[in-house]
Amino acid sequence: MIRVRNLVRTFGDFAAVNDISFQVRKGEIFAFLGPNGAGKTTTIKMLTTLLRPTSGTIELDGLDPQRQQNEARRRFGIVFQDPSLESELTAYENMEIHGVLYHVPRKLRIERTEQLLKLFELWERRNEPVKRFSGGIKRRLEIARGFLHTPKILFLDEPTLGLDPQSRNQLWTHVKNLNETEGVTVFLTTHYMDEADRVAHRIAVIDHGKIVAQGSPAELKEQTKSDSLEQAFLALTGSSVRQESASSTDQMRQFVKMWRR
Amino acid sequence: MGTIYILWLRELKRYVRSRAQIVASLGQPLLYLLALGFGLGPVFQRSGNGSYLQFIAPGVIGMTVLFSSIFSGIGLLWDRQFGFLKETLVAPVPRISIVIGKTLGGVTVALIQGTLVVVVCLIAGFRPIHLAGVAPAFGYMALIALVFAGLGTAIGSKLQDMQGFQLIMNFLVLPIFFLSGALFPLEHLPKALGVITNLDPLSYGIDGLRGTLIGFTHFGLLVDFSVLCVAAVMLLSIGSYFFSKIEI
Repeated sequence: MIRVRNLVRTFGDFAAVNDISFQVRKGEIFAFLGPNGAGKTTTIKMLTTLLRPTSGTIELDGLDPQRQQNEARRRFGIVFQDPSLESELTAYENMEIHGVLYHVPRKLRIERTEQLLKLFELWERRNEPVKRFSGGIKRRLEIARGFLHTPKILFLDEPTLGLDPQSRNQLWTHVKNLNETEGVTVFLTTHYMDEADRVAHRIAVIDHGKIVAQGSPAELKEQTKSDSLEQAFLALTGSSVRQESASSTDQMRQFVKMWRR
Repeated sequence: MGTIYILWLRELKRYVRSRAQIVASLGQPLLYLLALGFGLGPVFQRSGNGSYLQFIAPGVIGMTVLFSSIFSGIGLLWDRQFGFLKETLVAPVPRISIVIGKTLGGVTVALIQGTLVVVVCLIAGFRPIHLAGVAPAFGYMALIALVFAGLGTAIGSKLQDMQGFQLIMNFLVLPIFFLSGALFPLEHLPKALGVITNLDPLSYGIDGLRGTLIGFTHFGLLVDFSVLCVAAVMLLSIGSYFFSKIEI
């Protein structure tokens, strides 16, 4: 479903993603793990047409996301690291806009919106503005929205960041369900190793822009002779904390947090 | 078409639902109108220029349209990283329809905001010389909104952080307002100031508003109209181009 070959993205002298190759099979839940600044988000941005690769090739369901942009975009749904809902509008209106943007026929849009909002336990609150929702509910709505146009691939970029264990648990249950019932391929990143261990069929670990290991959770544990995925992860990427200067995005994130609450 | 309409509607709903913001945004024009209009009124009158309230009201209307439209564009800075805009950037629609929908939304909101200020001005005692001038005045308001929505989009697409926002605010947006002749007549200015005011597109917008509302113009209505049209086409094109190049 996803095939990446020798993908490189540099920012000036710095190679954020340095010659990575991997494949994600149809119907698979694939976790892309790595410490902060390892190149996860940069990779997702390239896979989802938001960023141009410096070199290398990407195939999404056989399409090149650079050259067949709109065709490729129709095939995936995405939940970003930062919220992307319109907070002044209601849950239902957010779904409606998404349906229009993805050219979902009106009748189908109405049907599927109802079905998805019910599935994600949001139907009762469909007419409430999104700004009144908690972080967990917003995440759920974003996933429901990402499914509206029946994508073949769902990208989740740290979807459980900042959620309590209950919400996290519920979120993954929903994702697993949809993976099984609709056969959607899931590409996710997370910092919670227990989640990756529980939901992912296969894992790739990226560090300093390079993939350092690939395989099923069991294989990674075996390869590093560890009992848990967390230990395996630390064995693969080292235990030093990454020195990362705050980017302008991080600064804005702080600022937005200050003003939103 | 569906894309443009739904994004226009989004801007509009967002505006209508934030009532507190609507009221708050009327505060500044009201302050200018009352504090300057009545405060400087006697001095203005004594120097033989007539009523300052009559003179400043079109300036305050222009200011409102300027701020409203330029910020709808600069808001891209937040919107593309923490807002809904990101969702539209990965949708299978051409960027140009996103930018058209968003710009038209911004322009519509600026016009509503401008209309509210017109009403406030009327309540404060402002009287247009004849009613026939009011309709073309809306035309000039729309042109001001288009020019600065384009400029805002260009800036919002390029800006990277909050510091940049402060710089733009203090060294671009406020000068555009203060150097436009919104608050003072463009006649008999020192040479340097005269040149700058002639380069500021808002000067022509406010001059157009004065021409239609109080029957007094510095450049002439035709010049105002032409300059605004050219500026709008240029800035909207630049804005759309930068927007189409956004990478996040």
